[in-house]
Amino acid sequence: MSWLHASTAFVAAFLASLVECVEALTIVLAVGTTRGWRASLLGAGASTVFLAVLVLIFGPALGRVPITTLQLVVGILLLLFGIRWLRKAILRAAGVISIHDEARIYEEEKALMREAGAAPRARFDTIAFVACFKAVTLEGLEVTFTVLAIGAGGSLLVASLGAALAALLVIALGLVLHRPLARVPENTLKFIVGIMLTAFGIFWIGEGLRFPWPGQDFALIGMIAALVLLSMLGVRIARAQ
Amino acid sequence: MSAFRVAIKELWGLFVEDATLTIGTLACIALATFVLPRIGVPAHWRAPALFIAVALMLLENVYRGARK
Repeated sequence: MSWLHASTAFVAAFLASLVECVEALTIVLAVGTTRGWRASLLGAGASTVFLAVLVLIFGPALGRVPITTLQLVVGILLLLFGIRWLRKAILRAAGVISIHDEARIYEEEKALMREAGAAPRARFDTIAFVACFKAVTLEGLEVTFTVLAIGAGGSLLVASLGAALAALLVIALGLVLHRPLARVPENTLKFIVGIMLTAFGIFWIGEGLRFPWPGQDFALIGMIAALVLLSMLGVRIARAQ
Repeated sequence: MSAFRVAIKELWGLFVEDATLTIGTLACIALATFVLPRIGVPAHWRAPALFIAVALMLLENVYRGARK
């Protein structure tokens, strides 16, 4: 594992986790403030443990797959995953599809929780637990996949650290601010993550097919730079329609 | 059962959102894997060709997505 791979894996995992944790925090805050904190935090905590177990099971298991097969399969999945994010970020930046609005989602979730009726005082609030477990699991699955995929080449610990650091940062901000992090530039972050994962995916597919890359590992940087320019062009093209 | 269905749907959704984008991406990979070696493209050009194919496919998809 080169420093270039390790640092790119760390940044990609950190940013992907940051985006998804911000989205999960919005739901947990909405449920917690509406129905109470005990069941909400237990739901979020149980989901975090579930996702960590997934990483602990699948991470080492991936290490047993032959490297070229692993690079090809993970590369294809990373490319499909990353290019989906990138396309969406381009279309959002161009105004073709709406930007993710945390404040609006927060209010919608609060209204949904109020509609579900009052939280039971005497017994455990299953609705709050399930809502938070589901929200954190759905958002966290994307982080788990990112960590497993970009960590599969020997950077699992680095990628996990990046993701965990972002989660801690978002939790700390949530505790201090007690409101959704609506000012986080989510689409810009998704843009960057989409570009990085797309570049990673193409690089690994090439490695898996044993195609030599010009400049070897530095081809990754070249692809990231080219994808930045290409995405800016994509935004212009989409805006012009 | 419904939880299992939700899980499968979410997993599928991680990789497939716009079917044409997924098909286009897989077509680029298939092109690089099977076609480029057969038509004699030198080995050191194959990886950059894969990148260019994916990049062009993405631009075309964005153009089409914006026109919808």
